[in-house]
Amino acid sequence: MNVIDLSWWQLSLAALMVVALAGCTAAMRLGMSRSLLIAALRTVIQLALVGLVLEALFAAERLVWVVLMALAMLLIAGREVMARQKRRLLGGWAFGIGTLSMFLSSFTVAVLTLTVIIGPEPWYRPQYAIPLLGMLLGNTMTGVALALDRLTDTAWRERGVIENRLMLGEPWQVAIGDLRREAMRSGLMPMINAMAAAGVVSLPGMMTGQILAGTPPSLAVKYQILIMFAITLGTGFGTLAAVTAGSRRLFDSRERLRLDRLSTPRT
Amino acid sequence: MSKGGPLRLERVGIGDLFEVGLSLDLGEIGCISGASGSGKSRLLRAVADLEPHAGEVWLGEQAQSLTPGHAWRRQVMLVPAESHWWEETVGQHFAKRPADEELRALSFTTDTLEWQVSRLSTGEKQRLSLLRAVSLEPRALLLDEPTANLDDATSERVEAWLVERIRSRGWPTLWVAHDRKQIARVARRHWRIASDRLEELESV
Repeated sequence: MNVIDLSWWQLSLAALMVVALAGCTAAMRLGMSRSLLIAALRTVIQLALVGLVLEALFAAERLVWVVLMALAMLLIAGREVMARQKRRLLGGWAFGIGTLSMFLSSFTVAVLTLTVIIGPEPWYRPQYAIPLLGMLLGNTMTGVALALDRLTDTAWRERGVIENRLMLGEPWQVAIGDLRREAMRSGLMPMINAMAAAGVVSLPGMMTGQILAGTPPSLAVKYQILIMFAITLGTGFGTLAAVTAGSRRLFDSRERLRLDRLSTPRT
Repeated sequence: MSKGGPLRLERVGIGDLFEVGLSLDLGEIGCISGASGSGKSRLLRAVADLEPHAGEVWLGEQAQSLTPGHAWRRQVMLVPAESHWWEETVGQHFAKRPADEELRALSFTTDTLEWQVSRLSTGEKQRLSLLRAVSLEPRALLLDEPTANLDDATSERVEAWLVERIRSRGWPTLWVAHDRKQIARVARRHWRIASDRLEELESV
């Protein structure tokens, strides 16, 4: 399997075109060029750094390093989930619920996929474990963040409805039932859409990468299906856990709606 | 569900109000008035246990703090000044179809239940929310300005319907009202919120 080598000067050609795009948006006063350039720069730095880390990790092939890397990824994802919410649960609950539900779902699915299905030797072999966990965490993070954001924001908007339903004697689970369904929906929709469009509209990134690297398409397809199912499982259970815990936290032991547990959005 | 009983507030405190104590017998209506922002609605919310508050509320022998939240609110039913509707049609909000004469008593017809919620006026919403609460057959009622958005004729009609229900079912009722004439018509006892206290006025 030979991959054509890419050198830095070849990459700089692509970078130059991004700069050209930024120049165009600046000329047309679209106010996008600054954030575009910053994001592009972040990509270069972050990926270059992670490349170094992965090289070291692959060379060492030690469980403790893999675990440390996984924990670092998890904590960064937890912070990101928190940052993406307009009205987040106060007192560390936003971070706690997001991180814990991602941990439970992504890590379980990743470990199961590695040990039961793929079965590399040893099971934590970084070449398999880290990319798998990365894709799982990335997608679970999106699902959990979307679902929690939808849940808390809708609870805020619809507080009149929720309280009116409580006044009519409905248990809190019933009063927030519609919101839970909506939150689950917005958490799972990206993955359902991705599965529905896979191969027809879009060629999934991992499969494309494997094919570029010389893997026969039939094998790349099998890996892609496995990954998509794993991601769906991770996202689904992660979102489920986050929505369950998050909606419980919106009510107290007397089944009152406690919006004072949410932060006010920064302006 | 227990059979209910008198409604008794014991040293209830919420917001600026504190040490509120009052008691209402079966079928008795007590009116509360006060300037807007004085905490009338919040007091009702405390009695329905929708907000953290001090003190205890009793329905007969039943203590609020020892009853699960939803079971308490199912019995001590608060009808807010502004009602909310979340399903498509009016009828979907009723657990049990209300009797035709109930609908007629509030100037509705039987096909009102098929109406789209989006076409309801403020006054219609208010009357329907009263019917929605009453048809659940609670044990006590908390009414927050139940006739605020109604014209005079409808207001009196709704008022008479409510009083008749309250008396015949024996529901102790806290009724927030502004209109002095209405207070004189429906209630024998009348409290007014004076800064941080609830003071009872001499019966009219």
